[in-house]
Amino acid sequence: MKAFLILEDGQIFEGQSFGAVKEVVCEVVFNTSMTGYLEVLTDPSYQGQGVVMTYPLIGNYGICYDDMESRRAWPTAFIVREVSRLASNFRKQGDLDTFLKEQDIPGICGLDTRALTKILREKGTMNGMITTNENFDKEEVLRKVREYRVVNAVKTVTCAEPRHYEGDGYKVALMDLGTKNNIERCLVERGCEVTVYPADTKAETILASKPDGIMLSNGPGDPKECVTIIEELKKLYASEIPIFAICLGHQLMALAVGGDTEKMKYGHRGGNHPVKDLKTGKVYISSQNHGYVVKEESIDRTIAEVAFINVNDKTVEGLHYLNKNILTVQFHPEACPGPVDSNFLFDEFMNMMEVSR
Amino acid sequence: MPKDNHIKKVLVIGSGPIVIGQAAEFDYAGTQACRSLKEEGIEVVLVNSNPATIMTDKNIADKVYIEPLTVEVVEKLILKEKPDSVLPTLGGQAALNIAMELEERGFLKENRVRLIGTSAKTIKKAEDRQEFKDTMEKIGEPIAPSQVVNNVEDGLEFVKQIGYPVVLRPAYTLGGSGGGIAADEEEFITILENGLRLSRVNEVLVERCIAGWKEIEYEVMRDANGTCITVCNMENLDPVGVHTGDSIVVAPSQTLGDKEYQMLRTSALKIISELNVEGGCNVQYALNPESFEYCVIEVNPRVSRSSALASKATGYPIAKVTAKIALGYHLDEIINAVTGKTYASFEPTLDYCVVKIPRLPFDKFIQAKRTLTTQMKATGEVMSICTNFEGALMKAIRSLEQNVDSLDYGPYKTFTDEQLAEELKKVDDRRIYVIAECIRRGVALDKINEVTKIDLWFLDKIAILVETEQKIRNAKELDKDLLAEAKRLEFPDNVIARFTGKTEDEIKELRMQYGITPAYKIVDTCAAEFEAMTPYYYSCYGSVNEVEAVNHKKKVMVLGSGPIRIGQGIEFDYCSVHSVWALKEQGYETIIVNNNPETVSTDFDIADKLYFEPLTAEDVESIVNLEKPDGAVVQFGGQTAIKLTEALRKMGVPILGTSAENVDAAEDRELFDEILEECCIPRPRGTTVFTVEEALEAAHDLGYPVLVRPSYVLGGQGMQIAVSDEDIVQYLGIINRQHQEHPILVDKYLMGKEVEVDAVCDGTDVLIPGIMEHIERAGIHSGDSISVYPSLNISPKIKRVIEDYTRKLAKSLHVIGLINIQFIVHQDEVYVIEVNPRSSRTVPYISKVTGIPIVDLASQVIVGAKIRDLGYEPGLQKEADYFAVKMPVFSFEKLRGAEISLGPEMKSTGECLGISKDFNEALYKAFLGDGVDLPKHKKMILTVKDSDKLEAVDVGRRFAALGYQIYSTKNTCRILNKNGVPATPINKIEEESPNLLDLILSHEIDLVIDTPSHGVGKSRDGFLIRRNAIETGVTCLTSLDTANALLISLETAHKDKLTLIDIATI
Repeated sequence: MKAFLILEDGQIFEGQSFGAVKEVVCEVVFNTSMTGYLEVLTDPSYQGQGVVMTYPLIGNYGICYDDMESRRAWPTAFIVREVSRLASNFRKQGDLDTFLKEQDIPGICGLDTRALTKILREKGTMNGMITTNENFDKEEVLRKVREYRVVNAVKTVTCAEPRHYEGDGYKVALMDLGTKNNIERCLVERGCEVTVYPADTKAETILASKPDGIMLSNGPGDPKECVTIIEELKKLYASEIPIFAICLGHQLMALAVGGDTEKMKYGHRGGNHPVKDLKTGKVYISSQNHGYVVKEESIDRTIAEVAFINVNDKTVEGLHYLNKNILTVQFHPEACPGPVDSNFLFDEFMNMMEVSR
Repeated sequence: MPKDNHIKKVLVIGSGPIVIGQAAEFDYAGTQACRSLKEEGIEVVLVNSNPATIMTDKNIADKVYIEPLTVEVVEKLILKEKPDSVLPTLGGQAALNIAMELEERGFLKENRVRLIGTSAKTIKKAEDRQEFKDTMEKIGEPIAPSQVVNNVEDGLEFVKQIGYPVVLRPAYTLGGSGGGIAADEEEFITILENGLRLSRVNEVLVERCIAGWKEIEYEVMRDANGTCITVCNMENLDPVGVHTGDSIVVAPSQTLGDKEYQMLRTSALKIISELNVEGGCNVQYALNPESFEYCVIEVNPRVSRSSALASKATGYPIAKVTAKIALGYHLDEIINAVTGKTYASFEPTLDYCVVKIPRLPFDKFIQAKRTLTTQMKATGEVMSICTNFEGALMKAIRSLEQNVDSLDYGPYKTFTDEQLAEELKKVDDRRIYVIAECIRRGVALDKINEVTKIDLWFLDKIAILVETEQKIRNAKELDKDLLAEAKRLEFPDNVIARFTGKTEDEIKELRMQYGITPAYKIVDTCAAEFEAMTPYYYSCYGSVNEVEAVNHKKKVMVLGSGPIRIGQGIEFDYCSVHSVWALKEQGYETIIVNNNPETVSTDFDIADKLYFEPLTAEDVESIVNLEKPDGAVVQFGGQTAIKLTEALRKMGVPILGTSAENVDAAEDRELFDEILEECCIPRPRGTTVFTVEEALEAAHDLGYPVLVRPSYVLGGQGMQIAVSDEDIVQYLGIINRQHQEHPILVDKYLMGKEVEVDAVCDGTDVLIPGIMEHIERAGIHSGDSISVYPSLNISPKIKRVIEDYTRKLAKSLHVIGLINIQFIVHQDEVYVIEVNPRSSRTVPYISKVTGIPIVDLASQVIVGAKIRDLGYEPGLQKEADYFAVKMPVFSFEKLRGAEISLGPEMKSTGECLGISKDFNEALYKAFLGDGVDLPKHKKMILTVKDSDKLEAVDVGRRFAALGYQIYSTKNTCRILNKNGVPATPINKIEEESPNLLDLILSHEIDLVIDTPSHGVGKSRDGFLIRRNAIETGVTCLTSLDTANALLISLETAHKDKLTLIDIATI
């Protein structure tokens, strides 16, 4: 069946429909990872977005449900060049098309994803509609598309109830702003006793549980929308408990101390982004997924110093808070998908907790 | 950290002659590295024995030594040039080995020279079996467990630990005979007992069997600060068991999930960190297709063939970055030349699929075993890029130039199902065509996977191609959707035409009518995330074109030479690149089209634009339609480019230089004969034939021996000397296996001196840099002969005749540009045997040793310049005051079953140079560069055909005088003894032991001289002697002329008294 992608600027791509058949409006973003489509699909940070995979052959190794990074898939739509007819892998439990149908997510394939990526690169992230209706009214579509905003994203993806993992190591409180399972796994693997809290949990509740450390997860949407969470983070900041934050968590912590964030032209999404540790000069290849970034000039140098920068565009990739036991990073040390080069930061977090115990 | 300023003068070691397993990729790497060093203000001294390379040009390095790559020579060179550092990681295994020996001898330390790039310690850790094993164990990286056992009990004990199946490899048996794979105890005991008996040292290596696992490679980089990145990973379509150089390889990996991808990536970075590699490194893995279990197969702590492929597949210049890292730079300080914005410390991400297919030499060695094993056999490779795997595979297949343009190939249609099932078990270069036929007959993919272990994903892609093929065949009408789909999968027009019974033009027209044309995309390392500066393009269908033609300058398209094969080697890439440089210099916009990932020409900063595409008329036409070049150059890209002449003319692209008609005239026997007659130039008598009957008649008329060959071929393919009717019948049979569009040539064979010239003609004047004389008499292909410049035995009178004939021929053929002519001097008469109105194999060699840049001159001439205006006086140039000997180099030991005796069909894979004021020393250096380093035991075998027996007496006498103990078969021995040459008789192979074979296998023989008789009647005995000699590493000569040359060099030259010549001063 034919499907169409209509971009906010009026450009139209024609392709074929796969996955669920459904008309949707979304924010169109591209991801440059060559593997890990299931991890991308189940990363809550993509809530409200239509994800374009720049690698053209998707679905090659099928779906292995164990690799899901959260309870379900989150993007509003999935946009690829070619879906593999046959999936081949010893762990394969299903195929991409069926998975998207199960998840009620529409896909469009057979379009020139490189041409689409170039548009997004040049004009910046924009909204779009995916439809199988051949007789769509362009004006009507564009009106809907232009109106669209990703809102209440964190609220949509966070867990409803706290959950608990036993462990005989450090006691970690993980704020679920849209967490990926591998953050939990990285903590549990290190013996931590982990409690995952819904995003709207009060700081007092968390502090009352007397954790050795607090972890702020990744998550979707505009960080400035998370006004109430930022208020709670101010209290956590004041608590002297070691904090490690990833992605949205990193942005919210910066906002909590008076910093500022801004929307990037087209963001960083992929598994090949170089980040430089300014202390050692060493560069790590990182997994990234963000459309907003902490403005470097907004950081009060007496509060925090830049710990990591992106080698390509020099944007802030991590902050080290002065006289505090707080480290926040924009990239994803938990990987999945992508390289695990910066996984050692979880060990660093263990050290932070050890020091302050 | 910025550049280390202590490094001022660097010696770069090249990889030597092209042999199977060490080919053009090192010219690419070396050239890129030298340019990268020079860019940093470093003085570069280069040593490489291979004159056909671009890296040995004087504009690439400051000082260039084309000298044998031996430790002694490099030591001497270091003492002479006093570099402060040596960079050994860009010249393959050859350079690495020399560097290690220099280090181990303490020479580097003594002379305060440091190894930059990667340390000796690192090299040892990666290369030494035990150290490697220990290192991997230390960091917990698995390798396939193995152990040497001397008896069955130990073997059984070890198998208990590792489990079945296991591979058994007896030590020191010929080509692994006696080995095998055992699946259970019974098989194990049988094979082991047999192996122990066969092994000279009673040793068998027992190894965990990983055959059938996925073979995956990672190309990784690391700097001195410990930053590591992966440039690319690659997956072999052929599972473990086939050398990666012989496998179809795809980049990036296709069947690995993120978990497996990251697991192996992490392992590769762990290894490169532990080894402290500074620069590029290649790690090969075997991955169990049924689990996460993996083994490290091999680590190459240097730039390799795979890194050349990875560089071209991603656009990331590994060799260039490796050179910068060696100077002390960190990855985040090196700009990514592709984007000009990002840095070398990122990982390329692809938005296309790359397929590499090896070019195997079985068309040249029809007797050689086609089976693919862990011993590499390919001479070259092609790469293609497309947005889908099927398309990339189809493009790569037609890039091979093996008369195959789709999966519809081979004799398999006529096979019974049983035969086909048998065929599927064979692991050879035609396996994908067998798979396609199986799919056509409905064999289940699972079943094919069971036999071949090729991943189902790849099999399904082949199935898609087969289904599309059937859809096209069965279509009542080629509608737009079907045609678009066929083109998306890269079915060429001629194949679609064949399937539908239409003509190629009809398909093209239909395509135009539907508006189905290819789009061109940019290779940018970043999947369009950043704007790219590189003009590196590939085509695909069903996409938006992003390449614009700019027309501010005159535009020239240079057609490259495709994959490296015997007969068309790196020399033609040298010519293409120089032509591009010369035309750029002249103010032209240059476009290169080529498909060989190993070469300099496919580096994105050589031409103004690089189209990485198959070199077929259709593919070239699509580029022409977009770019509308003002002219095309075909004379530098070997036969590959020449073959496109006619097609280009039809597209309306003017051929710059010699016109299509004149190219044709040189190949067309009748036209050519007319020209010769007009010029009063004699040639050996001959005629053209189509059938065996005609050939026999011609042979009888001319009298045996006669030379038989197809027209329009390179490297004397299919050329043979026939001495009997039987030979004629057999040779014509072989030639006619391929459909012949042109007649077969039958000529009288004259056994004279062979002489060769390359010349530049501007339409008026002819410039001849020099005359090259072959050491071997006519009958041995010019590419396989030792060639000497200036000629030694040609009288001034004959030289004038050669100059005169060259001028006449160049002018009558209206040559504009290069021409190559081969002559025979027979009884003081000069005969022309071949004329090629294009660049030849000897062009780089003659350019370098005369200092006359003939490709430059030719390139300027084809765009209108005159020789006189370029500062040269026409005619035969003054001879140099030194001798330069070009020595052919062979790769016979890699090709089991290949006949090594030389003849009119070319067999060498590469060449090396010996240069000196003294002819004997030049000859000695050439032999040394070829790896002939005698004597060790001073024992040799001399057996010759009857007609050579008298000449053999002198050869024998001189070897005896050098202290050699000579063994000969009865006839040769009797004649030697009768003439006072001491020789020991030895039984022939078919006679009882001890015989010749036992002698060869005793590993005490330095040299075998065995001259085979021509024709079908040649003995099986001689073949076995020669094969066994080659497989035990014994130097084997098959011509007494070569033997004489070797004698001269042994009698006079000494290894420790060699003089070194800087070519850059010529």
